[in-house]
Amino acid sequence: MDKMPKWADVVLIPLISLLLAAILSALVILGIGEDPVAAVKLMVDGALGSTYGWGYTLYYATNFMFTGLAVAIAAHAGLFNIGGEGQAMLGGLGVALVCLLIPWPHWTLALVFAALGAGLFGAAWAAIPAYLQAKRGSHIVITTIMFNFIAAAVLNYVLVNLLRPEGSMDPATERFPEAVHLPSLHELLAPIGIEFSKSAPANVSLLVAVGACLFVWLLIWRTPLGFEIRSLGKSEPGARYAGISSVRTIMIAMLISGALAGMMAVNNVMGEAERLVLNATEGAGFIGIAVALMGRNHPFGVFLAAILFGFLYQGGAELALWTSIPRELIVVIQALVILFTGALDNMVRMPLERIFLAMRKGQN
Amino acid sequence: MDFLTIIQLLDSTVRLATPLLLACLAGLFSERAGIFDIGLEGKMLMAAFFSAAVAAVTGNVWLGLLAGIGSSLLLAALHGVASITFRGNQLISGVAINFLAAGMTVLIAQDWFQQGGRTPSLIGGGRFTPFDLPFAESLSGVPVLGPVYSELLSGHSILVYIAFLAVPATWWVLFRTRFGLRLRAVGENPAAVDTAGVSVVGLRYAAVLICGLLCGIAGAYLATALQAGFVKDMTAGRGFIALAALIFAKWRPWHAMGACLLFGLLQAIALRFQNIELGGITIPVQAMDALPYVLTVVILAGFVGKAIPPRAGGEPYVKER
Repeated sequence: MDKMPKWADVVLIPLISLLLAAILSALVILGIGEDPVAAVKLMVDGALGSTYGWGYTLYYATNFMFTGLAVAIAAHAGLFNIGGEGQAMLGGLGVALVCLLIPWPHWTLALVFAALGAGLFGAAWAAIPAYLQAKRGSHIVITTIMFNFIAAAVLNYVLVNLLRPEGSMDPATERFPEAVHLPSLHELLAPIGIEFSKSAPANVSLLVAVGACLFVWLLIWRTPLGFEIRSLGKSEPGARYAGISSVRTIMIAMLISGALAGMMAVNNVMGEAERLVLNATEGAGFIGIAVALMGRNHPFGVFLAAILFGFLYQGGAELALWTSIPRELIVVIQALVILFTGALDNMVRMPLERIFLAMRKGQN
Repeated sequence: MDFLTIIQLLDSTVRLATPLLLACLAGLFSERAGIFDIGLEGKMLMAAFFSAAVAAVTGNVWLGLLAGIGSSLLLAALHGVASITFRGNQLISGVAINFLAAGMTVLIAQDWFQQGGRTPSLIGGGRFTPFDLPFAESLSGVPVLGPVYSELLSGHSILVYIAFLAVPATWWVLFRTRFGLRLRAVGENPAAVDTAGVSVVGLRYAAVLICGLLCGIAGAYLATALQAGFVKDMTAGRGFIALAALIFAKWRPWHAMGACLLFGLLQAIALRFQNIELGGITIPVQAMDALPYVLTVVILAGFVGKAIPPRAGGEPYVKER
């Protein structure tokens, strides 16, 4: 019998962890001489108070959904994919190549193939760490960290030496052609009579991200492959005993994970910047870790956590704009969320388990 | 490339290898005791900031060093609480510590100095000055060995010598003392150590705190000796290169020194030359940046001898009841 009811595990613990992170963040804001209540008000106003704010919140959330799902699916297989950042960088390269090399007649077609390109490049970047983990037992955390740095060097080289237009000093590709412009939420919602801010970057890839959440949910809980992935994550010897090939399952899980991280590029490279720049990912790969932890590796949880972090990101930008609180406050909040929902999970869990056990004894 | 260029290159290799070496030895203690630490970067960054900040305010670099070590120890203790006491995931705790340091340093720097997340430049007593070995001046005239002694070996900050002395010290502690034997045992088979009546928790905390101490010195070196002040994200992945060096060295102190010198040399080359012409082929500077990581992946893949980490690494120890 479980020590705790399921709702406590799924809802109560993340909420308490989030509360602890929020309290500490408020203390940090107090510590640098600002008013936390005013800060929260400003954040809510800036991120959710207008369609412009929502446009940015949802744009960031789209990035985090992809990277969060990437971490989550690897976690179901018992793997910690910390390489989302590098995989997303390479995904950007895939998108850039698809958009620049082929003259697309319409954005729909371009979107499909750009997503494929991004997924392919991201998966390829996850493939070597996955293979080394599956076949040679090299720790995937270390190899994916190394691959993040290698990806940064590769991208730097490609942008400076190969894809930079002649005469330009900026290490970035040229602008993508007009035909591959993805419709923003403004363009999508205007025909049905909903007014949405013109200048916000949220675009059609939000729907792709929501689709990816659904896909991952189906995959994990409704397919034999998902069952194999979860079995492997719960117990490797158990999975092997049941005839599940660990090499094959690790490879597939990591390839899907890398592809999801790579597909983030459809949003930030194709949807927003419309060209590939250095450091296009802006750490979204790492935020995926916080999002997956917060969302308990469930696609719906990831969806909610991604929107929460999108809000924090946009709110943090507003704070930096209007107060003397630097943007790095978000990094601190992110660290605290990772700390409490991830590393210090037992600190919240152990006392709660005791409380629930005591309550059950009281009933009997 | 003439002789003087080579000397200068090696001189900058030593300077650049020092923070890597300190962080690498820090990781060595922690991982040998079975606690993975990918938070080396964060601890260094935190120490870099606090050492520079305190040195800037007080004008005393030694107080800065102490503050740096203190802040690094605090993060190390946090890692200990999360991964030893609460048996959390050590990797996730390390990730959190890296972000915590990246955010807090800029936040506090902005609050204290209002210079866009940096500290004021350190002058005078706020920095570690070069430390001349005896007779460096008078021997510099001797051909070949003179410049090697006076340019390459002499004239570094005291922390450089501490870092290189820490190598034999680490070897001696780990392989010649009872504490070292127990520390290594706790990373391989904590249950056996527990059975022998030695505290697993105590040993692991000791290892994690030594790790914090060394990371603190590494960070202080970065901000008060190698450079004159703290700037945002100044560790620039050095904690991860140190981690790579640790694996490259297969968790052994002397090899760690070799690996750190090699990676330091790569950094020195990348810093001095941009693209290198080598018999008609141009090696881009990015290849130099990526080489430490590529080499580590190759080692991890087991193509050049297998890198076997301490067996109980990453696993929290749960006492049987």
